[in-house]
Amino acid sequence: MEFLGWDQLEAGAVIPSFEDKNSDIVKLKQEERNYAKTNSYTASVADWRVFKPVFNKDVCIDCQNCWVFCPDTAIVARDKDMLGIDYDHCKGCGICAEVCPTNPKSLIMFFENDDNDTALSQWPEKKKKEK
Amino acid sequence: MAEKLKLQEVEVWDGNMAFAQAMRQAQIDVVAAYPITPSTPTVHGYAKFLADGYIDGEFVLVESEHAAMSGCVGAAAAGGRVATATSSQGFALMIEVLYQASGMRLPIVLGLVNRALASPLNVNGDHSDMYLGRDAGWIMIDAFNAQESYDLMLMGFKIAEDLNVRLPVMVNQDGFITSHTAQNVKPLQDEVAYKFIGDYKEVNPLLDFGKPVTYGAQTEEDWHFEFKARQHKALMDSKDTIENVFKEFESLTKRKYNLVESYLMEDAQVAIVALGSTVESAVQAAKNLRESEGIKAGVVATRAIRPFPLKEVARALKDVKAIATLDRSAPGGTLGMIYNEISGAMYQSDNRPIINNYIYGLGGRDMTQKDIKEIFRDIKRNADSGKLVTPLQQFSGLRGPKLSFFN
Repeated sequence: MEFLGWDQLEAGAVIPSFEDKNSDIVKLKQEERNYAKTNSYTASVADWRVFKPVFNKDVCIDCQNCWVFCPDTAIVARDKDMLGIDYDHCKGCGICAEVCPTNPKSLIMFFENDDNDTALSQWPEKKKKEK
Repeated sequence: MAEKLKLQEVEVWDGNMAFAQAMRQAQIDVVAAYPITPSTPTVHGYAKFLADGYIDGEFVLVESEHAAMSGCVGAAAAGGRVATATSSQGFALMIEVLYQASGMRLPIVLGLVNRALASPLNVNGDHSDMYLGRDAGWIMIDAFNAQESYDLMLMGFKIAEDLNVRLPVMVNQDGFITSHTAQNVKPLQDEVAYKFIGDYKEVNPLLDFGKPVTYGAQTEEDWHFEFKARQHKALMDSKDTIENVFKEFESLTKRKYNLVESYLMEDAQVAIVALGSTVESAVQAAKNLRESEGIKAGVVATRAIRPFPLKEVARALKDVKAIATLDRSAPGGTLGMIYNEISGAMYQSDNRPIINNYIYGLGGRDMTQKDIKEIFRDIKRNADSGKLVTPLQQFSGLRGPKLSFFN
């Protein structure tokens, strides 16, 4: 983002979310919204993440638990279809992996520098129920 | 709809009642407050008006002064007219949030009834709390009596909410001497007072869901400096708005206010610079000394403490030979604030008077006519000698051996 001078800033560091006034914003999908350039939607605010969740679509049941629990709206889902992680906003807190109910989990935390494809190839097997 | 109060042409109010009445007339949306001596009757008076049906707005009794100012910040960001009142320790507890209010450019009005800061614990008036807030980015105005407390509280809203300003305003009055002394006050009728202030104008209100905004964002080294510079410029520029509001108020009431008030200064050779109720005492002493001892004494007071009227104060003091700067706050290891401000102003002017500093009246110690006359005589000697013959900093009205510094 362009570094503005003191005379170009909104007084009081008040940051608008959108460029235009829009009373129906809730009905628009994120990619359809006209986010203000000061909004962090287009910015990466996740460079301090150490662990990242990796998403395995083959195991996911689209229960939306991760979407509900994510504190940073970093789970990307459309029409109750889980699409993946927004790595520009995910801080790696691990809540999504914790609340994932599938067996094996559809979200597992890996080191930030691990390759996602490698991670997927090492996915654990379904655990047998203990009798 | 709130009832109107029919006011007499002259009412007998103390400074707190003057604050409470002006707040009632301003039709405030939210007052969040936690009462503390000596400003308690301001909050109490406002609460009574509410209970008696004279106020429509919300009144939130919170759990501390930190919460009071936080409530004010929230309500002001939401988009309403907001005010509160406090003193001393309560003000100290608010400090963190005062910086938030000015940084977010929220036009909150705070009635600050000046009182000493502990320790030792003391409920009486001095300017310790006022001085504590002077870097908080607020507009600071000082009232010297009950009438001015009423007038400046009304004007406070108009100044704070002006679209060119949008900064919080602190209206100061002296604890007890002003706040608890009943005096004649000429109020405006409710409709006239409200019309003078005008309707509240929203700027980026949080409750506008069509245009959501973030207040209180984090900015680090790459943005913070620019925001603070912009805020400082708004505070510096607010001088024009303050003067315009003063003028508008004068045309309505014939009561004239200035950024810098001058008394008996036309031919004055020596002058006291002070704040609060001491200003009126000093004017009285100056009048008496002019008659009894022929000392050409005058008094100058900064009505606006922030923004500091540097050029105006230098102009007011352009012909004097000696100045006594009177600070009613423990200076904490240096000269008093007024000494430093006045010296800075005079250093930029053609006149280089001899300036010294008096610390007085801490914890509500009376500033007597005898004390003030002694100070005038002191600086008369400085003026006659053409150099500093008194100590640079003295304590006035103190028991024990004479105490002075920077000798």
